[in-house]
Amino acid sequence: MRIRRRAAATAVAPVPHHVGHDPDRPLFELDGVVVERGGTQVLAVDHVEIPCTGTTAIVGPSGSGKSTLLRLCNRLEVPVAGTVRFHGTDLADLDPLALRREVAMVFQQPVSLPGTVEDNLRAADPDLGADAARAALDRVGLAPDLLGRDADQLSGGERQRLALARSLATDPGVVLLDEATSALDPANATRIEELVAGLTADGIHAVWVSHDLDALERIADHVVVVIDGRIAQQGPLAAVRREPVPPVERFFTGEAA
Amino acid sequence: MSTSSIGFTGVAASLVLIVVAAALSWRERLGLERTIAWAACRAFGQLVVIGGALALVLADDAPPILSWLWVAGMVVVGAATIASRVRNVPGLFALAAGALGGAVAVSLLVAFGLGIFPLEPRTIVPVAGMLLGNAIGATVLSARRTLIEITEHRDQIEVRLAIGQTGRDAIRPHLQESLRTAIGPQIEQTKIVGLIALPGTMTGLLLAGVDPLDAVLVQVAVMFLILGSVAITSVVVGRGVAHRLLTADHRLQLPAT
Repeated sequence: MRIRRRAAATAVAPVPHHVGHDPDRPLFELDGVVVERGGTQVLAVDHVEIPCTGTTAIVGPSGSGKSTLLRLCNRLEVPVAGTVRFHGTDLADLDPLALRREVAMVFQQPVSLPGTVEDNLRAADPDLGADAARAALDRVGLAPDLLGRDADQLSGGERQRLALARSLATDPGVVLLDEATSALDPANATRIEELVAGLTADGIHAVWVSHDLDALERIADHVVVVIDGRIAQQGPLAAVRREPVPPVERFFTGEAA
Repeated sequence: MSTSSIGFTGVAASLVLIVVAAALSWRERLGLERTIAWAACRAFGQLVVIGGALALVLADDAPPILSWLWVAGMVVVGAATIASRVRNVPGLFALAAGALGGAVAVSLLVAFGLGIFPLEPRTIVPVAGMLLGNAIGATVLSARRTLIEITEHRDQIEVRLAIGQTGRDAIRPHLQESLRTAIGPQIEQTKIVGLIALPGTMTGLLLAGVDPLDAVLVQVAVMFLILGSVAITSVVVGRGVAHRLLTADHRLQLPAT
């Protein structure tokens, strides 16, 4: 505990909150980042920027390191070398708990916490009132009368929408989505995509990790392609689609997936 | 008070049951005959050696420091046993040694400080042995279950971390579950003591010819001390293991399997 208190005490920089669309400063910027797991390097990034305008998708073959890249952005993962910046501030200077409430994450599997739907929302905001809880469900298209339902009884699609509502309960400015639609049927996947599009229209930044190339045009304006633990290409989606470098072209055509 | 001595002839007679066990193994093709024979020989050899050493430690003219050294040795062996059963938690030996040492110190302070037992070598070693014997099993269970609970519920823990909960809050439900599992059997044993099986202390005293009521009082005191030391060691080691799986910046860091 002493170590933890000291770590929290040194993290003095305020977490940027609802930074809006700033064309001059990236949302996230990674420089010289290396991530190792069990002594093995799983990601090496010279430089990558996730812009503060539009929506970015991180794509690449399975196991390429794209989820690791996303997890670096809310410090569920930390690099052994290099710097990750959130709107210009080094993540190492931020309180990780405050950062995660600003930079929310929805995971691939629709995980519900034990208890009711309301318990799940209160896990993120213990002060959430009944009206606010109903509004949180309404925001993701869930019926407000589900509040008292055991969260385990929800369908997979409903659980993922609950996960989105739970992550929004901390009033984040950014939502990271780690293959958040890949465990869902097409109808529910589309529903999540539409909800996220609505959030971005409300000024919340979304960063997707996806391996669904068909969905790219629907969900993203910018793309970062990760192949074999390295950034193969990044930029506006249209430009990358038009002039992919050879490894990315092989990935787009399915040869490297 | 009469004394009870079965001698080597009695031990040889009790071997009949070992032969029965081996015969059953052979008939049912369990392949345990060698293991049963080895276990019986090892138990006999170990206890003869321990008995010889105890005769020196518990002799009327033996200095009391020998008894305390014996207790310290039991703590070290117990901690090594725990660390060997749950190998992939760093620093478990030191944690277990501290927990066992602390629990046995508190329990012996109560046992001797309040005059429950007379402070003499003949009581120090057996009482400490009973406490440690029970605490080691529960502590192994606590360490193992904590590791399993946290590993199996990694997704729920990461969901909690991602909504800004502290590491301690995120693992709390799973730590509670593992501690209930570790301490539960001792509570059950305390509840049913005497109804199904007569516990070891009481059996020993009755076989040695002690008045049944005196034997019961000693047994009750021992059961209470055991329950206390089991609870102390299970909680300390369970919490210690859980916190070794968290980083100072509230990330989950599971050992490689």
